[in-house]
Amino acid sequence: MIDAQNVYKTFITPDKRKVEALVDFTLHIDRGEVVVIIGPSGSGKSTFLRCINRLEEIDEGKITVEGQDLHAPKADINKIREEIGMVFQHFNLFPHKTVMENVTLAQEVVRKRSKKEATEIAEALLKKVGILDKKDVYPSQLSGGQQQRVAIARALAMQPKVMLFDEATSALDPEMIGEVLDVMKTLAREGMTMVVVTHEMGFAREVADRVIFMDAGRIVETGTPEHFFTSPENERTKLFLSQIL
Amino acid sequence: MKFTRRSAITVVVLIVASYLFYYFFMRKGITYSWHWYDVPKYLFYYGKRFSDDPAPAWHMGALMMGLVLTLKISVVSIIFAIIIGLVVGIARLSDEPITKYLSSCYVELIRGTPLLVQIYIIYFFIGTMLRLSAFAAGAAALSIFEGAYVGEIVRAGIQSIHKGQMEAARSLGMSYSQAMRHIILPQAMKRIIPPLAGQFISLIKDSSLVSVIALADLTFRAQQAVAQSLNAFEIYFTAAGLYLVMTFTLSMVTQYIERRMAVSD
Ligand SMILES: Nc1ncnc2c1ncn2[C@@H]1O[C@H](COP(=O)(O)OP(=O)(O)OP(=O)(O)O)[C@@H](O)[C@H]1O
Ligand SMILES: [Mg+2]
Repeated sequence: MIDAQNVYKTFITPDKRKVEALVDFTLHIDRGEVVVIIGPSGSGKSTFLRCINRLEEIDEGKITVEGQDLHAPKADINKIREEIGMVFQHFNLFPHKTVMENVTLAQEVVRKRSKKEATEIAEALLKKVGILDKKDVYPSQLSGGQQQRVAIARALAMQPKVMLFDEATSALDPEMIGEVLDVMKTLAREGMTMVVVTHEMGFAREVADRVIFMDAGRIVETGTPEHFFTSPENERTKLFLSQIL
Repeated sequence: MKFTRRSAITVVVLIVASYLFYYFFMRKGITYSWHWYDVPKYLFYYGKRFSDDPAPAWHMGALMMGLVLTLKISVVSIIFAIIIGLVVGIARLSDEPITKYLSSCYVELIRGTPLLVQIYIIYFFIGTMLRLSAFAAGAAALSIFEGAYVGEIVRAGIQSIHKGQMEAARSLGMSYSQAMRHIILPQAMKRIIPPLAGQFISLIKDSSLVSVIALADLTFRAQQAVAQSLNAFEIYFTAAGLYLVMTFTLSMVTQYIERRMAVSD
């Protein structure tokens, strides 16, 4: 489903320093798999997610999604992105659009659905994430947890084949984390292919098929959630887990 | 539209200022016999425009005709300045180095030279080459001049929108231009409108410079009326008042639009 081979990504910071965000990064993710990526700040987790839908260009290597080479010069990136939903740490809802419009806009503009069809799909999804009663308000009137659930509905409305979550609960007040994680768990159980960057080990334990620990742009250790909870091997993994658990 | 407190204050200030002006005149003993009764005919008059008109009727006076031309050239220039400004503002943020370079050259060039000189260049040089009318040359000069400023306002407006908005739109499969049109520009608009209004108020005032290429705008008509009637103070005050009416209306309209657009905050 997603195949990253020997990906390198280096950032040049404004003060001309080179930061190696991904180093020889290789990862294969199967359809229906839920992969949780953990790792310390700056280890390249976000960068990897953003390379999967080409919000970042890669320097070397190859990433394919459903066999389509994402970074090929001729790739129709908009077409490929339709199939990849992304949920951001800071929601990034469109503040000038109502909740309903947030969920229908891309359906109409990108998927060319009629307003009626888009609205029906949006209503079903808003109901699913439990926020249908707020469909006519603007994002600024919602709590963080509500906003993130709308953002998930917005991404799902494109009927993507993969969902990417970049610390979707990190900006939320503790009492709102649960409601967003519940939505994510439901998705996982329904068989959605998911790549989830999170520090929520409870989520990993419940639904992850595989956990990947990254550090300094590399995969340091990979295994089942059980493996990470019971017998992590690498010293850095142990140190990191001891800090977040 | 409500008569806001700010506009009330403006009116009071105007009244006080004119009183002080009168007072100053008296104290200094400047003797000037006011001929305000001479002014209305430059606004509207009842009579025959030409001696062979069949019957007398109401007509616009010289100042009124100048006002109409000023309005016309301002509206045309505002429209083109918006178009130029949008293109230039977006071009300046382009990833394409040539587009970026050309657009910033344009902005630097236009902002670094006086409008009056630009009007002369466009009228005498380009206008002659392309056989432009004085109106077309004047409108072109104003549009090109204000377009550079609008471009900077648009660029700042777009840059003020958090980059997560573009990323969210792109991640949903929208193209760059779809994201611009549906997500970035509508939000940027809200922040662009106040400085844009200021720019258009400048444009209306700057348009008085086109009188140098014999375009019969409000300033030009006022100069003529003064030459004819010798009532310099009355005519220029009236002209100033008419400019104020235009700029003030524009600023009221903007305030109204700003309030309307605040709904999603
Ligand atoms: N646009 C950028 N310009 C320069 N450096 C960047 C940029 N984006 C990321 N980096 C650097 O690349 C490295 C990897 O960043 P990334 O955001 O992928 O880390 P992360 O694992 O997501 O961390 P966090 O947990 O803090 O979100 C970091 O050192 C970061 O400073
Ligand atoms: Mg990150």
